[in-house]
Amino acid sequence: MMRFMLLFSRQGKLRLQKWYLAMSDKERKKMVRELMQVVLARKPKMCSFLEWRDLKVVYKRYASLYFCCAIEGQDNELITLELIHRYVELLDKYFGSVCELDIIFNFEKAYFILDEFLMGGDVQDTSKKSVLKAIEQADLLQEEDESPRSVLEEMGLA
Amino acid sequence: MPAVSKGDGMRGLAVFISDIRNCKSKEAEIKRINKELANIRSKFKGDKALDGYSKKKYVCKLLFIFLLGHDIDFGHMEAVNLLSSNKYTEKQIGYLFISVLVNSTSELIRLINNGVKNDLTSRNPTFMCLALHCIANVGSREMGEAFAADIPRILVAGDSMDSVKQSAALCLLRLYKASPDLVPMGEWTARVVHLLNDQHMGVVTAAVSLITCLCKKNPEDFKTCVSLAVSRLSRIVSSASTDLQDYTYYFVPAPWLSVKLLRLLQCYAPPEDAAVKGRLVECLETVLNKAQEPPKSKKVQHSNAKNAVLFETISLIIHYDSEPNLLVRACNQLGQFLQHRETNLRYLALESMCTLASSEFSHEAVKTHIDTVINALKTERDVSVRQRAADLLYAMCDRSNAKQIVSEMLRYLETADYAIREEIVLKVAILAEKYAVDYSWYVDTILNLIRIAGDYVSEEVWYRVLQIVTNRDDVQGYAAKTVFEALQAPACHENMVKVGGYILGEFGNLIAGDPRSSPPVQFSLLHSKFHLCSVATRALLLSTYIKFINLFPETKATIQAVLRAGSQLRNADVELQQRAVEYLTLSSIASTDVLATVLEEMPPFPERESSILAKLKRKKGPGAASTLDDGRREPGPGGDVNGGVEPAPSTGSTPSPSADLLGLRAAPPPAAPPAPPSAGSLLVDVFSDSPTGGPPSLGPSPEEAFLSPAAEDPGIPIPEADELLHKFVCKNSGVLFENALLQIGVKSEFRQNLGRMYLFYGNKTSVQFQNFCPTVTHPGDLQSQLVVQTKRVPGQVDGGAQVQQVLNIECLRDFLTPPLLTVRFRYGGAPQALTLKLPVTINKFFQPTEMAAQAFFQRWKQLSLPQQEAQKIFQANHPMDSEVTKAKPCWTTWTQTQRTMWVLGSCRPKPCRWAACCGSSPTPRPRCTA
Repeated sequence: MMRFMLLFSRQGKLRLQKWYLAMSDKERKKMVRELMQVVLARKPKMCSFLEWRDLKVVYKRYASLYFCCAIEGQDNELITLELIHRYVELLDKYFGSVCELDIIFNFEKAYFILDEFLMGGDVQDTSKKSVLKAIEQADLLQEEDESPRSVLEEMGLA
Repeated sequence: MPAVSKGDGMRGLAVFISDIRNCKSKEAEIKRINKELANIRSKFKGDKALDGYSKKKYVCKLLFIFLLGHDIDFGHMEAVNLLSSNKYTEKQIGYLFISVLVNSTSELIRLINNGVKNDLTSRNPTFMCLALHCIANVGSREMGEAFAADIPRILVAGDSMDSVKQSAALCLLRLYKASPDLVPMGEWTARVVHLLNDQHMGVVTAAVSLITCLCKKNPEDFKTCVSLAVSRLSRIVSSASTDLQDYTYYFVPAPWLSVKLLRLLQCYAPPEDAAVKGRLVECLETVLNKAQEPPKSKKVQHSNAKNAVLFETISLIIHYDSEPNLLVRACNQLGQFLQHRETNLRYLALESMCTLASSEFSHEAVKTHIDTVINALKTERDVSVRQRAADLLYAMCDRSNAKQIVSEMLRYLETADYAIREEIVLKVAILAEKYAVDYSWYVDTILNLIRIAGDYVSEEVWYRVLQIVTNRDDVQGYAAKTVFEALQAPACHENMVKVGGYILGEFGNLIAGDPRSSPPVQFSLLHSKFHLCSVATRALLLSTYIKFINLFPETKATIQAVLRAGSQLRNADVELQQRAVEYLTLSSIASTDVLATVLEEMPPFPERESSILAKLKRKKGPGAASTLDDGRREPGPGGDVNGGVEPAPSTGSTPSPSADLLGLRAAPPPAAPPAPPSAGSLLVDVFSDSPTGGPPSLGPSPEEAFLSPAAEDPGIPIPEADELLHKFVCKNSGVLFENALLQIGVKSEFRQNLGRMYLFYGNKTSVQFQNFCPTVTHPGDLQSQLVVQTKRVPGQVDGGAQVQQVLNIECLRDFLTPPLLTVRFRYGGAPQALTLKLPVTINKFFQPTEMAAQAFFQRWKQLSLPQQEAQKIFQANHPMDSEVTKAKPCWTTWTQTQRTMWVLGSCRPKPCRWAACCGSSPTPRPRCTA
């Protein structure tokens, strides 16, 4: 099970955080700070896995953004690495060659996509099509929601 | 695909984000945020009711501010309002805010629960999924109490949409992990297992995670999942790379699902059903075969996904630990990865090999990669990979390669990263102790450790070397000489001064004969370091000085002068001052005899688990400690995995870091320290499967008293010797003998014609046994049939202590009578002796051979000479348990014209069937067929 996922920039700015285990804000902040420091200090050719506290950390850098997952001892590192990649693919498909700015300005969408893909720290569906279909449907609801104000109530109930 | 339309729903949010990004300084940013927070607060508090859009916008702004690292302490009510809205987008943002920011304040949770409840019962799949996500995200107990009963129903309902089922499965998993007691097991469990057959791969993917977690607590209830998982897995691995359409990831069919299924199978033992097992083994082989095929794509995603499945397959193979062929293949595959250009693969291969090293089937195969691993330790650029290499070297270390591995680790230590130095130090210390054949090597190694990485040598490590030197008189002289030389270095680490000070204080007399290390030289060498040391070390050195006065009266005047110096007697540190005063007085008023008694050599330390090992386990955290403990399943001589607790540690424990170590004990204990209260249980603990042992007799029996300890004659075995022997015919460890004084435990391992046996003699009393001397004799012809080499044991066994003796056994010919073990000692002045039959019987050297009935009878018919054949039909004395007979053939013997024959228990499933077998002419390795 994944414990948490962080997206942060090379400058150490947190762009997205998703926690799958209850923890106090203070503890979270401390972990984020500590882990960012560790990961940012690593050199390009180093391996994507490291032991950190009692967890395994899997990370990968895409352009200016680091994607970083903390998983438990018996979890599979390589499949987690590909999980990150699949998430990036989903973002890319949705935003159209995604960049850090897309995630900054549309962070809520990045969350929605992640939620369709992962739930409670486990993969929900690995099919790109199913995940994107779900998101598209939501977007459709949104657009219909916002255009004719008069029928809003009905649409919501539908 | 819509591309840009997403953000324009909330222009205000985009403007705010741009503003923040345009801030030139941290202060400006904070100012802008505070302004916005004030604005949002006033809007939320304002009289004018906000419309849904504005609420959504402001809540999103709050979320963004939170992501920037600021605390958000309001807006929760507005979020709850949003999630109760009927508009999807508002609901979605409301849920998002709750999932990212929720503080489980009970009042709020109740409100959230209302909204969630409405959505769960709405029958709108999109809303239901949002609600399920929220439950999974918050996962608090209150939520569990409110919904744990509903979700299983949603999960198995026939009319639930696939996407809802997926969410329900994972939501239930989350609740179960948070509070297992809230999730009721019931008829739904069987239906959950059948989700493995679902047509929708996404549903299967989600369900496998749930089942993997549930089955750990109730393995029986979910047992049917094994065959379902195997058939699902088999369909996946055998499918072509395009069969699974969107579930194929870079030409790898359903890698996530495969990994999850393999994980699920690791919750169970290998399938019993032969067909299922066959199918599974086929799957595992297919995965191993595919690893050898050329890649279908050059993309790293392809190889990663493929190897993710491969590594999980190897984990399963290791978990089963029953298929030597697969284990060796796995090891070879990992061996290829050790030199792969991808750092990730090298890292994982090293990690995975660590567990392979602990399997008896693959330990040797892992050892063949030692040079590659040592090279990795030297050349890898990434510290985490080097760390894995060091772990693997530690795991693959055994008696045969200990010296090489320890010296490589020592060399690595000189350049090792600071972060892992202490761990390497601990590992070297453990390996050096565990595999020390001669203890001078051990002493050298530890002193090297101090020289190279003195700062990282923890107290445990240097305590330990002192204990070992104190307990082993064969190494004391060497240790004294070596530390003396080490101290001559112009700069030496303080830990070296501590070890040197202690050892010279105890054993300096052993090198005093050499004029180069005469007492005054020793003293001035130590004292030259004194002023550079910390208070603790100086205190230790003061104790060394008073010991010197006792050992070398000629140094008395010099040392007294040192103690009398104002810098000691009036030292600001109370400990140093007290020592100086007391030692000075002691040396002035006590007679030589009193001084000799007070400062007598330290008694040997009691034996306990190595404290270094305990420290390593602590350091590695609970997870790692368990992997260390997962030893090889059949520990044997030199074959037990590192880190496990030795059957009987050969050396002492850490003394308390207080006065004991410093030799400050006012007087040595009268005869021996009183037995620790736990001594009895400690002895029994060694054998987890020990029988209750024979009835303990009260003191020595009359026969034993007759036997003179000086007699060479081994004596007559005690009456119950045969009975004791029979207990060990089919097992290799347990309590061989026990009476009120002594417990003898045995642990043995046999391979082909060789065997090794560990005997543990436990003193159950609180009084020291003296002249303790166990001997092994070969009655009759046994001399020419069996060789038993014994190692010497110390002549004294302290009260409550345990000593270990190693016996190496070689079978030359078949034999009938077991060798005898005679144990003699003095207990409170009275000589004691007893003779037992050593549990070495011919069947220990048997190797079972599987043979089909046809082949057996063919052989049987070839035996034509009359003396080659005999038959005896008899009633089995004990009910035959097919499992036991399979593992260890039950046997009986009789002779007929110089030929020995055995009857072995049938290895066939039916316990009532027996097959006779013949012993062919005696060879070093009698082979039997059954």
